[in-house]
Amino acid sequence: MSDYILRIKGISKSFSGVKALDNIHFDLIKGEVHALMGENGAGKSTFMKILIGLVAPDSGEVLLEGENLIGNNVNETLKKGISMIHQEILIIPELTVAQNIFLGREREVSGKKGLLSGWLNDSEINQRAGALLDRMGVDIAPKTKMKHLSVAQMQMVEIAKAVSNDAKVIIMDEPTSAISDKEVGTLFQIIRDLKAQGVSIIYISHKMDEIFQISDTISVLRDGKYIGTKSAADLDQNALIAMMVGREIDQMFPEATQPAGGEVLSVQNLGRAGKFSNISFEVKSGEILGLAGLMGAGRTEIARAIFGLDQWDEGEISIKQSPFCARTPREAIDRGIGYVSEDRKGLGFIPRMSVKSNITLSSMKNHRKGGFINTHSEQSVTEKMIADLKIKTAGADQHVTYLSGGNQQKVVIGKVLLASPEIIILDEPTRGVDVGAKFEIYKLIRSLADRGMAIIMISSELPEILGLSDRILVLSKGKQTALLSRAEATQELIMRYAVA
Amino acid sequence: MNKLSKLGQYGIFFAFALICLVLALSTPKFFTVSNLLIIGNQVSINALLAFGVTFVIITGGIDLSLGSMVAVTGVAAATFAHPDTYPLVVPLLVGLGAGSAMGAFNGLVVTKSKVPPFIVTLGTMTIGRGLALILSKGRPVSNLSDSFNFIGGGNIGGIPFPIIILLIAFAVCSVILNKTILGRYMYAVGGNEPAARASGIRVSRVKMWVYTICGLLSALGGILLTSRITTGQPNAGAGFELDAIAAAIIGGTSTSGGTGTMTGTLIGALLIGVISNSLDLLNVTSYYQQVVMGVIIIGAVVLDGVGKKD
Repeated sequence: MSDYILRIKGISKSFSGVKALDNIHFDLIKGEVHALMGENGAGKSTFMKILIGLVAPDSGEVLLEGENLIGNNVNETLKKGISMIHQEILIIPELTVAQNIFLGREREVSGKKGLLSGWLNDSEINQRAGALLDRMGVDIAPKTKMKHLSVAQMQMVEIAKAVSNDAKVIIMDEPTSAISDKEVGTLFQIIRDLKAQGVSIIYISHKMDEIFQISDTISVLRDGKYIGTKSAADLDQNALIAMMVGREIDQMFPEATQPAGGEVLSVQNLGRAGKFSNISFEVKSGEILGLAGLMGAGRTEIARAIFGLDQWDEGEISIKQSPFCARTPREAIDRGIGYVSEDRKGLGFIPRMSVKSNITLSSMKNHRKGGFINTHSEQSVTEKMIADLKIKTAGADQHVTYLSGGNQQKVVIGKVLLASPEIIILDEPTRGVDVGAKFEIYKLIRSLADRGMAIIMISSELPEILGLSDRILVLSKGKQTALLSRAEATQELIMRYAVA
Repeated sequence: MNKLSKLGQYGIFFAFALICLVLALSTPKFFTVSNLLIIGNQVSINALLAFGVTFVIITGGIDLSLGSMVAVTGVAAATFAHPDTYPLVVPLLVGLGAGSAMGAFNGLVVTKSKVPPFIVTLGTMTIGRGLALILSKGRPVSNLSDSFNFIGGGNIGGIPFPIIILLIAFAVCSVILNKTILGRYMYAVGGNEPAARASGIRVSRVKMWVYTICGLLSALGGILLTSRITTGQPNAGAGFELDAIAAAIIGGTSTSGGTGTMTGTLIGALLIGVISNSLDLLNVTSYYQQVVMGVIIIGAVVLDGVGKKD
């Protein structure tokens, strides 16, 4: 039993009468990677907040090497050896890498006493940071300003910061949500090195393939309850999903019921300097075209160009044989194009507006009496969409910011649908969406195609691309490298063209 | 947590009611019809400007040129308001037109140049002041017609005319914000501008409207002031923008955009008016009044912050 570094016993927590966590148990062995799985709302984030001392539980114990940590605040917990790498990286962009790593600990590092204790010792900070990064095998200069780093590099710096705190337990919350596949490889190597040094990792992610690649043990929470812990070797993807959603999802990807119709959108030799060039494809009515490729391959840029968010330099776009060039999203929407952005928070919705106001935002012209809003038709349309898309919300007037990721995404899709599009571009439609809602979104996408819409789906998740697309366009570094039919496409083939 | 946020949301109403209650009990003069009409009359100009700037702040902008627009429009209207020259409608249209044009200019520069509204309107604040001095050749424009002077000084059935204008403006602004598509788009633009654009909203057009309406309301304030003091003063309105912004903020409009109500702003303006009125009644000198006002502005935002915490 002595190899448990962290034991969590009977943690419960309620928020204003609602049980967020109910008698949770969790054991972490020294030097293991332990994945914590669960749908959004399962209680993972509350659990993590308790672990790092941000939230006090109603009952239960958090034992780090036998010492109960309940009652410690975030800083004390950090000093005891529990660090968290947050999903949204918390750094000061104008400070250097080294300054960020030792932020808040300048006094310790400078080692000066009395009046001099307020003086910085940047050379010592730089030297220590450099040694640390070297030891981790990360090639980042300590004097680089944070703002010049990529997201993946910033993450490495956060990990270095945790290591410099002598972390015994590092919690990683969706660490790969914003980094490329190659960088994921580097991250995993660092995780393996940390393991070898006896550091334990709690790993949270929605990406199944990663979970099985990196973790030793998997624990599942559902609806605030502890469901179970299993060795990763004893589980497969379907069994894990069944644990998470409490039922078997027999068929993740629905089949097409209608054959594809005529060509709706055609793109010929489209190019934008520095972003992409010579892109040609067409999409038929009732068809789902998958756009595969690594991050930075130019997929989102192509979508933005078609939708009028960016301009392009060469080539042609036509809709039903007539040439088309959107200078603004308004023009694209008026011509029947809908865009569901990968950046849901940034481009998708207005957080402090209601479900109703968000969902009708692109189609207000259907609810106008002069310049006034026809609240009656607006309300009924919204209620119908909430029912059709099974949006879980307290009502049409609920602010979107309080919905889960999957339901926020449905609001954005609802907004696009209400503008009656013929072409829908979905950019990473299931990013940050839990498994149950993912399945619903897949069904929705297929049913839209079956209703005769032409669909372009950009995704970094290969199972999604393979499961849903009728044809797959693969991009690499701004060029198209393959156009595959569903029958011939495999994960390996797509990856080969994606790195070509 | 929910209760606290509700309290924050309505805190300003409670605070206002409480202050009125305390004043009614401590100074018998406060709760008389004549005193209340005095307050309404005094508040009217600030409230008009505050309505205008509330639109702007909701879209995530700011307008510092209100005070200068008051001066320009006041001087411009006064120039055409001498007795036996033009019919009353001419100075009114000139004033309102000048305000709308200046507002539209603000909107144009803000949308075309990508310069932050704070800087743009800081510039037009100075430009406006200069224009007012040029138009009036640096001298007050006096000798105005009786019909013009009625706007700020007259009353209908005992109710001062400025209060009637104030109530009509409040109703119209509330309707614009709550019942029209333009109002909906203002919240959207302030709440998340890139998302609003990607939803097909013509963001520049919304901003043009907002700054133009703000200019128009400033002009209304300028005409009221000129008529009340029966003179077009090129130096009038200095610092008015700060009172107007304070009213909006006290009323719960967030400077980060996306939230705010006309009712809140009206209460904010009334609160400022009531406090300076009552401090007058209580013989508190104007020096202390300023300190009290500052404390109230900060207090209102603190209360607002309490309301927004999850």
